[in-house]
Amino acid sequence: MKSRNFILFISLSLLALGLFLADLAWGSIHISLREIISVFFGKGTDGINSEILLNFRLPKAITAVLAGASLSVAGLMMQTLFRNSLADPYILGVSSGASLGVALVMMAASILPVAFVSSGWALIVAAIIGASVVLALVVGVSFRVHNAVSLLIVGLMFGTIAGSIVSVLQNFSNPDAIKLFVMWTFGSLSAVTWTYMQVLLPVALLGLGMAFFLQKRLDGLLLGENYARGLGVSIVRTRFLIVIATGLLAGGITAFTGPIAFVGVAIPHIARGLFRTSSHKVLMPATVLCGASLILFCDIISQIPTYTLPINTISALFGAPIIIWIILKKR
Amino acid sequence: MSILATHNLAIGYSKKGITDTVQTALNLQLKAGELVCLIGPNGSGKSTLLRTLTGLQKPLSGNTSIDGKEISKLKQREKALLIALVLTERVDIENATVYNLVSLGRHPHSNWWGDITKNEGVIIREAIEMVHLEHKMHHNINELSDGERQRAMIAKALAQDTPIIMLDEPTAHLDLPNRVEIMLLLHRLAHKTDKAILLSTHELDLALQAADRIWLMSKEGVECGVPEDLVFDGSFNRAFESKSYFFNASNGNFSMNYPMTRKVWISGDKTRMYWTLRALARAGYVVVQDADVHISVTENGWEIDNDLIPTIEQLLEKLSTITESTF
Repeated sequence: MKSRNFILFISLSLLALGLFLADLAWGSIHISLREIISVFFGKGTDGINSEILLNFRLPKAITAVLAGASLSVAGLMMQTLFRNSLADPYILGVSSGASLGVALVMMAASILPVAFVSSGWALIVAAIIGASVVLALVVGVSFRVHNAVSLLIVGLMFGTIAGSIVSVLQNFSNPDAIKLFVMWTFGSLSAVTWTYMQVLLPVALLGLGMAFFLQKRLDGLLLGENYARGLGVSIVRTRFLIVIATGLLAGGITAFTGPIAFVGVAIPHIARGLFRTSSHKVLMPATVLCGASLILFCDIISQIPTYTLPINTISALFGAPIIIWIILKKR
Repeated sequence: MSILATHNLAIGYSKKGITDTVQTALNLQLKAGELVCLIGPNGSGKSTLLRTLTGLQKPLSGNTSIDGKEISKLKQREKALLIALVLTERVDIENATVYNLVSLGRHPHSNWWGDITKNEGVIIREAIEMVHLEHKMHHNINELSDGERQRAMIAKALAQDTPIIMLDEPTAHLDLPNRVEIMLLLHRLAHKTDKAILLSTHELDLALQAADRIWLMSKEGVECGVPEDLVFDGSFNRAFESKSYFFNASNGNFSMNYPMTRKVWISGDKTRMYWTLRALARAGYVVVQDADVHISVTENGWEIDNDLIPTIEQLLEKLSTITESTF
């Protein structure tokens, strides 16, 4: 069993690495592997290709890895917290909160100073604030509502409220702002420049670090809250930490790439199926590798047509059938 | 030497200033190496007491101490090193084997990373062997029967390596052979491992046989004692007082109160007598010395006026014709 896991981890790592390189090579302009290597080792740098590679494709590929890993780990934590195989960060309303923040900035742009809006920073700050506010509300409720299912419904309701406010805003906005916002909801990995990466990377790494730190408590939570208490797990504190970690991972990624649905639900199930375990010690790195691979793969697919497809569309194409399969399997 | 003791404990619920007191002034003691069964009618507060003792619920007043340490002052992890729980809620974990489940019991002992050392592995294996599940060690818990699943949960509690194990109705949902087996297992474990095991149950006859001590809960309070003492002093009858049944001290079961109007007298072999009396009571006959009708129980059947009757069915038929004419 140990060696089986070892082989799986090696294969998944190689798969992720291969997809990472393929993601760098693929695109409207083909860059050969040899060129990629020579650019990275600082030899024979062709002006345009190295520019594309270093300032466009590399941050995009790193974003894909971070997005896949973060959303999947966030999904895994939520599924354990709610003991619900269909729970994921979106149910907590994080993405809706982020959307609300983004919508507010995009559609109320005329009120805000031009420099603040055009820099793009406004979107990021607003999305993080929106996600955090919704999360803070759900956290507040989690101290009063001790039933995990009720908490899940409360999260859904917060998401619905945020979504409704977005609809109201859309009604009062000009078509250009709406188009901009709709484009954002499709999700894009290429929006992350090196400047944004300086924010995204530490946020995602902090979230992932917290998730790995929580893995033992998550194992305890699998037994249910009362059993977990009996094993010495402090429920309130653990819940709070899980929600914070999820907020950093899902909120941070959503702010930069737009909502990418279905990854958070689907990947933990794929990891569980592959490794046939419930231990988070194994599932955490497994979801990181599977999630990164899936988003990289989706990104490569989205580059195939001459006009780049939105990443959210591709991920839904892969994720939605997996959810149907989960429901069918449960019956 | 008691390992757990309550001091003037009052249990119940307090919500928005309204207090619902279930029991007050409880001074209970739990000793190492003893199996204690908590029994009592529904609503007497068995679950509330268990939840309070395990620290899942706050007491209204008073306190519980384990090894002289007050439980409310202990941290969650310190409590987990003293009490292991087996609850009624169903545990469903995708992909978890019996070994995985039982290893979760090592939680309070392991470091933050949750490494299972060689020594821990031995403890987990021993716990599984103690509940006789070694042949299912690497089976998925979803493949287990209800009885095996309960044994796996007990193994998890054993792996937690605490001086006290508390179980909330461990025999609920199980069939008779499994109920007996779980009770015997817990009895054996208490004596073998010198742990204090406290369980709540509705299985009165099993509890009377397996328990070293009984905590008998009723609306009036909790009576503690060796099962037989509680039988003799009438505590059972008081706790389960009802018009439709009574606690039968001769066999440790509840007997229904039948309306008994017709009188017979009976004598003879003891085992046959017991079953005959049951049938007679159900049919409404009360046994009165030197009644008009005399049944003598023999090896081959029953005799009334030297008439041999082979089955109870025929005996009852015969009786109804005789007594009808008498009345």
